[in-house]
Amino acid sequence: MNDGQAHFDPAAPLPLLPGHSSGGRLERVLRQGRFAVTAELNPPDSADPRDVYERALVLSEVCDAINATDASGANCHMSSVGICSLLTRAGYAVIMQISCRDRNRIAIQGDVLGAAAMGVANILCLTGDGVQAGDQPAAKPVFDFDSTSLLECITTMRDKGHFLSGRKLTTPPRVFLGAAANPFAPPYEYRAVHIAKKIAAGAQFIQTQYCFDVPLLRKFMDQVREQGLHKKAFFLIGVGPLPSARTARWMKNNVPGVHIPDAIIERMEKAKDQRAEGKQLAIDLIQEIKEIEGVSGVHVMAYRQEEFVNEIIQASGVMRNRQQRRAVEPAATS
Amino acid sequence: MYAVRLWSVRHARGLNAFYRAFEKALIALHPLWNKIGYEKLEKPFESVERVTKGFLFDCQMCGQCALSSTGMSCPMNCPKNLRNGPCGGVRDNGHCEVKPEMKCVWVQAWEGAARMGLQADHGAKILDVQRTVDNRLKGKSSWLRVVRIAKGLEDQAGNKPKPPAAKPGSTKDLAAVAASVEAKKEGQAA
Ligand code: SF4
Repeated sequence: MNDGQAHFDPAAPLPLLPGHSSGGRLERVLRQGRFAVTAELNPPDSADPRDVYERALVLSEVCDAINATDASGANCHMSSVGICSLLTRAGYAVIMQISCRDRNRIAIQGDVLGAAAMGVANILCLTGDGVQAGDQPAAKPVFDFDSTSLLECITTMRDKGHFLSGRKLTTPPRVFLGAAANPFAPPYEYRAVHIAKKIAAGAQFIQTQYCFDVPLLRKFMDQVREQGLHKKAFFLIGVGPLPSARTARWMKNNVPGVHIPDAIIERMEKAKDQRAEGKQLAIDLIQEIKEIEGVSGVHVMAYRQEEFVNEIIQASGVMRNRQQRRAVEPAATS
Repeated sequence: MYAVRLWSVRHARGLNAFYRAFEKALIALHPLWNKIGYEKLEKPFESVERVTKGFLFDCQMCGQCALSSTGMSCPMNCPKNLRNGPCGGVRDNGHCEVKPEMKCVWVQAWEGAARMGLQADHGAKILDVQRTVDNRLKGKSSWLRVVRIAKGLEDQAGNKPKPPAAKPGSTKDLAAVAASVEAKKEGQAA
């Protein structure tokens, strides 16, 4: 480590701290009790690495890790493995998403090893949207794992050092494991219990679906605290700017798992400048969410509006006191 | 049948109680099954299981029944085959993301488990983490498997326990060693 230097190389792997599962920045930020910000990178429909770097650049200034999505919405894009390989090479902290929809256990376990070897420190285990939702509805859905059994598998690889089959690994993957939660879809009363199960299977951080309904989130977080889950995993709540009332209505009806209350759509409709209103709404949501006990951070998903992420995070004030962090981190944490 | 499947979840408690008694009987009858031979029983058991569970639960014959852990709602009817809980796509009305006309299998499962009693150990089995499906078991009788596992004839992964290694020094072994030594000697002599 380049101790004591004002500038440090982001690509240099951080040493494993006692009690940490990964050498990643996200785990450190969360374990230090700081409010964390993650952001989703919209994967390009292109084979040009610059498309990835351009998008990463605007996000990286304001977030602790970038999520590389795995054909989310069952739409084909550049793969999460591909994006992670580009981003880790450039020194970015990434969260590799793995969906159970497209690959079986042989492919996924191999990808986990490959990812860890490239320097991926965080993996988010997802079920994945059904193929009917995307641009390739004729595809064969795989679902060899579900998100919980996938978590259990990677936890086993990391902590017990073997594949699902029992075959030994010579170097286990040092990864911080995440799972998704959707507090905004039925069965509401069991969503927290379901998360308890994912935590039991190895989830260490949770990223939620878009939150547009704070009362519903509060109810979920009440259940989370009742079961003490916020002490076992870090909860990052999903937020994002709505570009317009029309898109909001479209998302509500067409994107699986997205719940947008009518009041929010009305607020958007009434606004003179809907884009600006969507941005303001995201800022308001973050400020409200960060006050809820048990919330450890936010996960920003700004579909085709990356340029807003910076403004939203800055305006919400969650990164205040963090401007210094990057420069002093090596000295502060080693 | 979809309507019967919903009925079964509403009666999860009774059906589970019945199954537990049935399982006990099956295990108790192991000497009989053993005599007939598990191989021979596979076909008839599989047919009965397919018909009865097919009728009651729309059972898909995964061969490793999870009904007791899923509130009597067969998880293999979930288009994503989820065995640990619902996906994030459940619609506001509790219906399935993939098949909008069907109630989400996992919304049903939690209802069934609540009927079985989430505090009691039966319903609470829904909290157990289910490992990945063993695709080799598809189409086989899960009832016979339960008995075989209970009787130690195979483990969860379907492996038969290794026969205990022959005790070193047993007369049979010594005879074999002696024979091979003799054979080698003869070979050298020739
Ligand atoms: S909504 Fe329910 S039944 Fe449909 S895919 Fe998701 S978990 Fe399975």
